[in-house]
Amino acid sequence: MTATGYVRPASIAEAVAARAAHPDWIVLCGATDLMVEAPLRPAPVGVVDVWALAELCGIAEVDGGAVRIGAATPWRDVVTSPLIAARAPILAAAAREIGALQIQARGTIGGNVGTSSPVGDSLPVLLALDATVELASPRGTRRVPYRDYPTGYRTTALAADELIVAITIPAAHPGARQLWRKVGTRRAQSISKIMAAALLRVEAGRFVEARIGLGAVANRPIRAAGAEAAIVGAPVGEATADAAAAALAAELTPITDVRSTAPYRLATVQQVVRRFVLEASSPSSPD
Amino acid sequence: MAELQPAGPVGRPVPRVDGVAKVTGAAHYVDDLDLPGAWHGATVRSTVAHGVLDAVDLDPDYDWTDVVVVTAADIAAAGGRNVVTLIEEDQPALVPLGGRVMHVDEAIALVAAPTRARALEARRHVRPRISARPAVLDTDAALRAEVKLYGDDNVFKRFVIRKGHGDDAAFEDAMAGADRIIEGVYPTAAQEQMYIEPQGMAAHWEDGRCFLVGSMQCPYYVHKAMKALLGCDGDGVVVTQAVTGGGFGGKEEYPSMIAAHVALLARKAGRPVKLIYDRGEDIAATTKRHPCVTRHRLGLAADGAIVAIDADVVMDGGAYLTLSPVVLSRGVLHAAGPYRCPVVRIVGRVVATNHPPHGAFRGFGAPQTTFPYERQIDKAARLLGVDPLAYRQRLALRPGDTTATGQELTFSVGSEAVLEAIARAAGPRPARDAVSAGGAPVRRGRGVCFYFHGSGFTGAGEQRIAGRATVALTAAGDVEVRSSSTDIGQGAATIFAQIAGASLGLAPERVRVVDPSTDKVPDSGPTVASRTCMVVGGLVERAARALGTRIAAWAGEHGRGGAPFAEVAAAAAAALGEVAETVQYEPPPGIEWDDATYTGAAYPVFGWAACLVDVAIDLDTCEVTVERCVQAVDVGKAINPMIVKGQIEGGTLQALGWGLLENVLYQDGKVANASMTNCIVPTFADAPDLETVLVEVPYPYGPHGAKGVGEIPMDGPAAAAINAVVDALGVDFDVVPVLPETIAARRDAWDAARRKS
Ligand SMILES: Cc1cc2nc3c(=O)[nH]c(=O)nc-3n(C[C@H](O)[C@H](O)[C@H](O)COP(=O)(O)OP(=O)(O)OC[C@H]3O[C@@H](n4cnc5c(N)ncnc54)[C@H](O)[C@@H]3O)c2cc1C
Repeated sequence: MTATGYVRPASIAEAVAARAAHPDWIVLCGATDLMVEAPLRPAPVGVVDVWALAELCGIAEVDGGAVRIGAATPWRDVVTSPLIAARAPILAAAAREIGALQIQARGTIGGNVGTSSPVGDSLPVLLALDATVELASPRGTRRVPYRDYPTGYRTTALAADELIVAITIPAAHPGARQLWRKVGTRRAQSISKIMAAALLRVEAGRFVEARIGLGAVANRPIRAAGAEAAIVGAPVGEATADAAAAALAAELTPITDVRSTAPYRLATVQQVVRRFVLEASSPSSPD
Repeated sequence: MAELQPAGPVGRPVPRVDGVAKVTGAAHYVDDLDLPGAWHGATVRSTVAHGVLDAVDLDPDYDWTDVVVVTAADIAAAGGRNVVTLIEEDQPALVPLGGRVMHVDEAIALVAAPTRARALEARRHVRPRISARPAVLDTDAALRAEVKLYGDDNVFKRFVIRKGHGDDAAFEDAMAGADRIIEGVYPTAAQEQMYIEPQGMAAHWEDGRCFLVGSMQCPYYVHKAMKALLGCDGDGVVVTQAVTGGGFGGKEEYPSMIAAHVALLARKAGRPVKLIYDRGEDIAATTKRHPCVTRHRLGLAADGAIVAIDADVVMDGGAYLTLSPVVLSRGVLHAAGPYRCPVVRIVGRVVATNHPPHGAFRGFGAPQTTFPYERQIDKAARLLGVDPLAYRQRLALRPGDTTATGQELTFSVGSEAVLEAIARAAGPRPARDAVSAGGAPVRRGRGVCFYFHGSGFTGAGEQRIAGRATVALTAAGDVEVRSSSTDIGQGAATIFAQIAGASLGLAPERVRVVDPSTDKVPDSGPTVASRTCMVVGGLVERAARALGTRIAAWAGEHGRGGAPFAEVAAAAAAALGEVAETVQYEPPPGIEWDDATYTGAAYPVFGWAACLVDVAIDLDTCEVTVERCVQAVDVGKAINPMIVKGQIEGGTLQALGWGLLENVLYQDGKVANASMTNCIVPTFADAPDLETVLVEVPYPYGPHGAKGVGEIPMDGPAAAAINAVVDALGVDFDVVPVLPETIAARRDAWDAARRKS
């Protein structure tokens, strides 16, 4: 990768200005995705390097219980944050399985969102936790619900001059269960064959809230709307678990590629979501 | 019990002589070498699996200044032959105009330019025109021979081994005497070596001589191939091994191809050239383990004894013959397993397809044939309702028994010892059913496996090679070991220093093992076939002893009779100048082999091993966790127990990966997953706690009793792991690899079996 233009902004304002001045330059953060793609692409015209930009880093509580994570926050900080452990444990779980230690030290949440790969491991979690993406441009700041952010295969709602500033995870109901599972090609440095994240809440023996985010089963990270509909309002137990699994079969058409097969992906995501429903059904299991 | 430490350096975990340089970065791999003025090469490759090369067009709009292009025409023009000489000469270095393109990623032309980026750019502007032909992409199609790739039948090589019968009719009679016959078909997949350092080579020419340095296992293979390609004699080319980051067989034959390319580029460019593969190119273009299908019939007497074994082995050799006959040979020679059986028929064929040539990989055909017989034995134990380990103990070959080729086992037979070691280590079976942290049902199983592996070359191979090694006292008073055995990370240099040191009464660090270069070391044979320690180590021991004797004689003549070598070496060197002792391989007595009938002593000696694997299967995702893996290996003598354990642990993990994780995917003859991201090998996170038991049943003709260990750990663990999966789920899996996808596809069958049990 030999770019000719390079700027390392010292603030979000400078970064936004650089972005506006050079809409054809790329944003670079930890470079763990860009470095891999570099040989396959024409060299970028220029680079806006936001790695370690202080205003883009850090994890903080905002708005009475929500958690705001700066786009340039590396996964290691997500893994070790007590706030994340308390509020969004499945984001920490996902972060712990991204690459291995070296990649977690360098790869960032903003980069995962920016690449918007169907196998980005944090993305189903952002769906399940109903996260919001904060985007900045010369026109100001806008907040996009994460579920509207991926628009297709590696395409997103990000405009050419926009910068990802932060991800915000709203406070979940204290009774909600968070569940997460990655099934990868191996135990580390592994791309997901499937992954699933869920937030499920039970009141008086019935599911009252269900959000399920899935990865590697469609051209982008998706919510399992059919399965969610089968769960919400239904009683806890096997029948609902089976209904959710059946709904997945109706709404998903995963593919066969070099990492897995369509039948395996569908069957496994069904098993995993089934297990989520059963786990959330059992009152004894710890949070 | 207090351990008795042996007095000399042998048998001790002496630190690696190359260790510090490697961990500090001081060791220079070929891409680290600073070659002033060197250009960089790149290879133009075929995109079709089979066809005819009509033309190689150079983009007329591209600026070709400072770019050198080499095609097949450059070879003959300089008096060479367009072949990569190995067993046969069927493989060209570059496809000639009008010649046949035989596989995807076959080399067609070469470019070199001042920078790697420029070379890669120029490569895109060289445009081969190929008329595609129908391709042969599996062994069944190859055997139908509608498209002919090699001879009339596409069979590179066929072997038949017969024991205890005259012809097929007599064999079937014997099989008909069986109380029951277990039949199975066992396909095993290709495997990528995935050495940490991709392949690469550098060349420069000086006064008409070609100097090559690179990553390789066998400098003299490259040397031989270059003589034909460049049309020169032995002095015309010097081949030097650079520090090499792993090989596993993958750097046995292919380096000759890269050497050919970089030598041609350097000659035409008139300056040094480096040709370093990136990972994708390395995976796509270089050799892999032969895919194989074995049809196996096991005839059993009512009491469970084996009456007859019938194995039909078909390997996919890929587009050229390369080393396939030898891989097949080792495959068939191990196909009956280490079991007592009076009547054996083994037929092996390796066939031509339009895949890139398959080649050497640790185990060299034996893992492909070990898996089938170890599944069969397991099925037999289950059918008979007997403990699988006890059943193997009952049937195991022992001293006095004969192998499939009629070789009588007389010494260094560790079969009982390794099985006993596993029985002792086994311990209670873990609970069959459990629940994972995420609440998923988990099912456990245990599998065992028993196998053997011939040390050194097959039959009369070692006599044919007639390997030589030198131990010298240099004029400066240093002791040098000179052999062409390469240290590729397996620790060869360290054990040679230990062996020579032991013979001369020197600490290993006082012995220098010189880097192999064809102008400095004799041809000790290739670094393959579990032969380096046993065969070449044996040569080093003899040469060192001869040197010790010579120096002792000189000391006696000069009034210092009986003085230790270390005390008189400096004086002797000052008086005599360099003293070098070179010895040549001599076979142990009583080794007879008949190549025509494939009978007799296939190997001077066998290593023996047994393995136990416990697995846990997540029934939601069908992911298999190896919870425990114990391997007991009879190595004769562990010259360096730390290095030997490293060899066994690495080979075991490679075998578990082959069995449960790895999968080279071919699509239309091209490797579809040519990256480390997608061509999966195990990481440390996938590695179980490996327990290794060293068993030492000495080989009387090996150095200090040592025999081969490099390959044997690769042979069995895949079978043990898959036997464990079968034990857990109660349905058969007869294929390598057994991936989560393989297990999930049969959920209905094992779910039913589980509910019944
Ligand atoms: C060996 C290895 C293993 C990996 N394993 C995993 C894994 O297990 N799971 C997984 O999900 N990923 C994995 N990845 C991919 C990668 O590490 C993650 O996606 C990571 O989160 C990317 O972050 P980054 O900061 O390095 O992104 P970069 O490479 O810097 O950027 C990625 C993309 O996001 C854009 N971008 C970054 N920041 C911003 C911003 N603030 N505003 C606008 N656009 C922005 C960039 O322009 C680019 O398009 C792996 C990568 C490697 C090399």
